[in-house]
Amino acid sequence: MSRKAVLEVRELETTFFSDSGKVAAVDRISFSIHEGEILAIVGESGCGKSVTSLSIMGLVPSPPGKITNGSILLNGKDISKFSDKQMRKIRGNEIAMIFQEPMTSLNPLFTIGNQLIEAVRIHHPKWSKKESTARAIEIMKLVGLPRAEQLINDYPHQLSGGMRQRVMIAMALVCNPKVLIADEPTTALDVTIQAQILKLMRDLNERLNTAVLLITHDLGVVAETCERVIVMYAGQIVEEAPVNEIFKNPQHPYTKGLIQSVPDMRYKKDTLYSIPGNVPKPGSILEGCRFAARCEYAFERCLTSNPPLYDASGAHRARCFLLDMEEGGISHVESAAES
Amino acid sequence: MSEIIRNQVRQIEVEEKVKGPWQEAWTSFKKSKSALVGSAIVIFFVLIAVFGPFIAPQGINEQNLSMRLQPPSAEFWFGTDDLGRDIFSRILHGARISLTVGLTAVLISAVAGSFLGIIAGYYGRWIDTIISRIFDILLAFPSILLAIAIVSILGPSLQNALIAIAVINIPNFGRLIRSRVLSIKEEEYIHAAKAIGMRNTRILWKHILPNSMTPVIVQGTLAIATAIIEAAALGFLGLGAEAPQPEWGKMLADARMFLLNAPWALIFPGLAIMLTVIGFNLMGDGLRDALDPKMKN
Repeated sequence: MSRKAVLEVRELETTFFSDSGKVAAVDRISFSIHEGEILAIVGESGCGKSVTSLSIMGLVPSPPGKITNGSILLNGKDISKFSDKQMRKIRGNEIAMIFQEPMTSLNPLFTIGNQLIEAVRIHHPKWSKKESTARAIEIMKLVGLPRAEQLINDYPHQLSGGMRQRVMIAMALVCNPKVLIADEPTTALDVTIQAQILKLMRDLNERLNTAVLLITHDLGVVAETCERVIVMYAGQIVEEAPVNEIFKNPQHPYTKGLIQSVPDMRYKKDTLYSIPGNVPKPGSILEGCRFAARCEYAFERCLTSNPPLYDASGAHRARCFLLDMEEGGISHVESAAES
Repeated sequence: MSEIIRNQVRQIEVEEKVKGPWQEAWTSFKKSKSALVGSAIVIFFVLIAVFGPFIAPQGINEQNLSMRLQPPSAEFWFGTDDLGRDIFSRILHGARISLTVGLTAVLISAVAGSFLGIIAGYYGRWIDTIISRIFDILLAFPSILLAIAIVSILGPSLQNALIAIAVINIPNFGRLIRSRVLSIKEEEYIHAAKAIGMRNTRILWKHILPNSMTPVIVQGTLAIATAIIEAAALGFLGLGAEAPQPEWGKMLADARMFLLNAPWALIFPGLAIMLTVIGFNLMGDGLRDALDPKMKN
């Protein structure tokens, strides 16, 4: 991959401190996003994907949260060490974020235009009202909002969820950020609108060359949009692979379980597959692989030590001891389990 | 035919587009009869406060000892008091004092309370602890006792009564707005504002303050009524307005000696207080229903 990495996360650890002790919600994860790439982070709720995005934005609620290790490099500069003032210049300008709930992401008291223009002027205080308005209308057209000139005088409650999410995307892109973090951008929308928004994000990604970090729990969304996927479980990256690889040849048992639990409309099944057990409470597993208790392939070694990320092939990595075995580990174990 | 219908539909669309949240509140405020009556009373007293001194038939301190304790008549509409002063004229003048005290005291406490409440709610931690404990201390005393204590320290005068009333009302506003801020700061549009790099002060000013204003407006209107009563109470106790000032509470206190032979000297200032208070209360209730529909009932 010859493209330049815009955002590099190295050994990031975000810890939450409470009366009952400390819990690493994100446990030493490393990944990078390249220019113009769409990277997805998938995982169940509570696996640390949202905390990852908030850590990058420098918006982890503090206290109780704190980045306790690692670095976040934006074009080579470590923004995790930035002061609040420096971070404000980055937010919205170089890294922007859109949220899950478009219905409540806009201030109900002000018009769409007012809020978009404000977003422009935060980072371009010298722009005149006219220039900012022109930019707001331009970006509204870019995200496919119809009759932008009238819409800027509308209040949020007059817009549908899909339109509000378009406004949020417009607000995020108004200053041409290098990286756009989308935290479950389509979860609150119905399926047809979801498809439109995803298509819009893909288009914008191509046209503006903005790198997108897509956070989701929906594998369907991943398959449709991304180039690369990171699977997170209990605060750790358990698998990282190009999108085709992950669906064709998943290496980690958790990823396999996830893919298996997606309903397939070609076959009629009475019950859907689900991974047995629950996501462990953060901080409850002290040793061994965090997935071991729910894993059908788990063996002794899994209970005593936590596996590192093993290279499977090319850009494919997974955190599983099965990959540590010589030549095609998994099939070995499978045949052993069958006999 | 269908052309006409289409045109009408278009018109409705156009009309709907201009309505913001404030216009909508106004529309629903207009629908409430009691709110309109309340506002009419308030406007009436405001007009009296502004123009009263010009339309008063007599001077406020014009004594006419031969006309002491006269009952209401064509010459003295509300009768005269023990010094032969025209009660009607004094009430007209008193409206200015009472409304000024009520409005100013509430304005001061609303601004100070909102400021402290927003800081406490938004920044939390030790700032919140300190401000909230101060509110608790102020609320631990019965408010009128606290007002008396403050006036006793500062010395009795109308201005000090105003300060006392402002101080005792600060925690009410502060706690109200603090709780509101606590819920608003978790709203997604606040996170979104942070995510586009907005400064804290700007978030407070632009997003949190306007969204937490409605309960303050409602509470403020109702508090004006209470403040007018409190001012009258302090005046009655001799801790507010001083002797010749035609403050309504003070007039009540002066007239109570002649309750049996000249009840009018007591009834009319009392009525004035009551009407103003009712006016503000009705208006406040109407505002609450209009601005905060969830609080209805």
